[in-house]
Amino acid sequence: MGGLVFRARMLLATLGAVVFCLLLSSGVAFADSAGKINAGDTAWVLVSSALVMFMTPGLALFYAGMVRRKNALGTILQSFAMVGIIGLLWVVYGYSLAFGTDHFGFIGSLEWAGLRNVGVAPNLDYAPTIPHQAFVIFQAMFAIITPALITGAFAERMRFKAFVIFSIVWFTVVYCPVAHWVWGTGGWLRNYGALDFAGGIVVHISSGISALCCAIMLGRRKGFNREEFKPHNLTMTLIGTGMLWFGWFGFNAGSALAANGIATGAFLATNTAGATAAVAWMMLEWCHRGKPTALGVATGAIAGLAAVTPASGFITPVASIAIGAIVSVICYFAIMLKGKFGYDDSLDVFGVHGVGGIWGVIAVGLFATGAINPVVKTNGLFLGGSELLLKQTVAAVTVAGYSFVMTFIALKVIGVITPLRVEKDDEETGLDLTQHGEVGYSL
Amino acid sequence: MTKVEAIIRPGKLDDVKDALDAIEVKGITVANVMGAGKQRGRTQYYRGQEYVVNLLDKTKIETVVADSKVEQVVEAITKAAFTGEIGDGKIFLSKVDDVIRIRTGERGESAI
Amino acid sequence: MTKIEAIIRPGKVDDVKEALDEVGVKGITVINVMGAGKQRGRTQYYRGQEYVVNLLDKTKIETVVSDDMSEQVIEAIKKAAFTGEIGDGKIFVSKIDEVIRIRTGENGEVAI
Repeated sequence: MGGLVFRARMLLATLGAVVFCLLLSSGVAFADSAGKINAGDTAWVLVSSALVMFMTPGLALFYAGMVRRKNALGTILQSFAMVGIIGLLWVVYGYSLAFGTDHFGFIGSLEWAGLRNVGVAPNLDYAPTIPHQAFVIFQAMFAIITPALITGAFAERMRFKAFVIFSIVWFTVVYCPVAHWVWGTGGWLRNYGALDFAGGIVVHISSGISALCCAIMLGRRKGFNREEFKPHNLTMTLIGTGMLWFGWFGFNAGSALAANGIATGAFLATNTAGATAAVAWMMLEWCHRGKPTALGVATGAIAGLAAVTPASGFITPVASIAIGAIVSVICYFAIMLKGKFGYDDSLDVFGVHGVGGIWGVIAVGLFATGAINPVVKTNGLFLGGSELLLKQTVAAVTVAGYSFVMTFIALKVIGVITPLRVEKDDEETGLDLTQHGEVGYSL
Repeated sequence: MTKVEAIIRPGKLDDVKDALDAIEVKGITVANVMGAGKQRGRTQYYRGQEYVVNLLDKTKIETVVADSKVEQVVEAITKAAFTGEIGDGKIFLSKVDDVIRIRTGERGESAI
Repeated sequence: MTKIEAIIRPGKVDDVKEALDEVGVKGITVINVMGAGKQRGRTQYYRGQEYVVNLLDKTKIETVVSDDMSEQVIEAIKKAAFTGEIGDGKIFVSKIDEVIRIRTGENGEVAI
């Protein structure tokens, strides 16, 4: 009994000491602040954070409309679960791993775990005019939506438990390192000179390629190519598309981390590329199939928005038209690959985000110009430089390779601990009932 | 003429359709229904309230065929809808006295 | 008594309902179904995947009437559901042995 009280006291004392240290150290951080907080920039980044947060529920609806009705809730929940889990882990250790002090160009340290020493004072490396914590919450929303994007690849068949474990592992071993490589101080791709304005490499290539790996590893849905896997509610998908497009302004224009001309340019490029790609997809389908489809327009818009993401802060409006038009042509054919090769990327995460993301990252090497953004040291190929295209290609290939391999290993290991897929009978009944004990529609 | 009504697993609809197609049964009517039989229901759980739902999603396929064809149709559906697990469904047969094709006004077996 | 089941075009439901009203048939059951017959299906196309959907939306109207009324009812439905194009639907006629009105317990023709 006495031992217990003693141990409890020790625990309290330790906790107290830790809290005291935390308070003290964050106080030091405030005192050291050199950057000056700009109200306009801070307001824009906070609003952008909320805009990007809104994308994940948008993605949930976008995906849920495309699955069969028996899996609607399960699909939505996979995105919502990320809002919770990654929202928490980002503060606990994710931000520190991605943006903390560099180790070998590969990963950040854990010095900022629990956001220790991360206060209001601006971080001069990342965003000198906004509170450091504003940068943290803005980046949190990116970390949330990226694993949520992957869920489209294993829709309608992954066990929820395996999904949760996979998402945490993937966030830790793929998202955080890749974000560090590209955006973190000392990250090797950042030092190498690869450019990614708002996440073409970090978000779209990493999730799109991992999605391909997931689709292959989990295997096809029961009845693939035999039963009809028609979307159960495309109106829901189009509402989701609207939410994603809306949020994407925060995603891209917010990535300027300031309310300035670069943000405005990114905003314009984002809308232009999304619009062009939506129209391009519609025209393609109209010519090729005889009818323009709503899902086609939605798919084109998302492909265009994804493709312009890495380039949005570096390009002229005309370049965004080119990026948007070309991505629709590429992705239109990329989503037919699954029929040819027989992998079941259920909602075309690879075909749209992976392939579209790769095109966008390459496009930076073609269209980026220092006239728009001084971060661009050597212009893209079409504006007289050649070095950047090589760097972009190296970044795309290495991140794609790393994401694929790590996802493969993660799924192999998790598969040993717990089955990745639901039972056959459960797959037939649907994820809503078997994984969650609910149904989306009681009609 | 005989009406064949089959209550089957929703996932088996395409198989059964193909099987009926193969024996030249073209006219079918399909409805999503809910059914309870020997198959156990699932527990649903909403904000602390538990509901045991033993009405499960099923699909009903109806077709009217000539009496001489009934056994063949039953055979085809049985084979296509079979999994061996509880919940495969049932087939009901009943007499139909007349059939009218609305477009032409034909009656009887030629209208099937 | 006779059960009359008509599979019709969904757009004809109101016409058929009115026609049945006129001949004094009040009790009907309507259900949305899917049907395949001679009518050709349409191709649906979702992101590079093509689905030939030969199950089309149809509406089933059921009513049970006394035997002496059945011809009149069939005629009314035929006339109201007719367009002359393939896909007008079919009417199935079968015997019903008993009808019970749940509220009163009446049975037979008075319960219709």
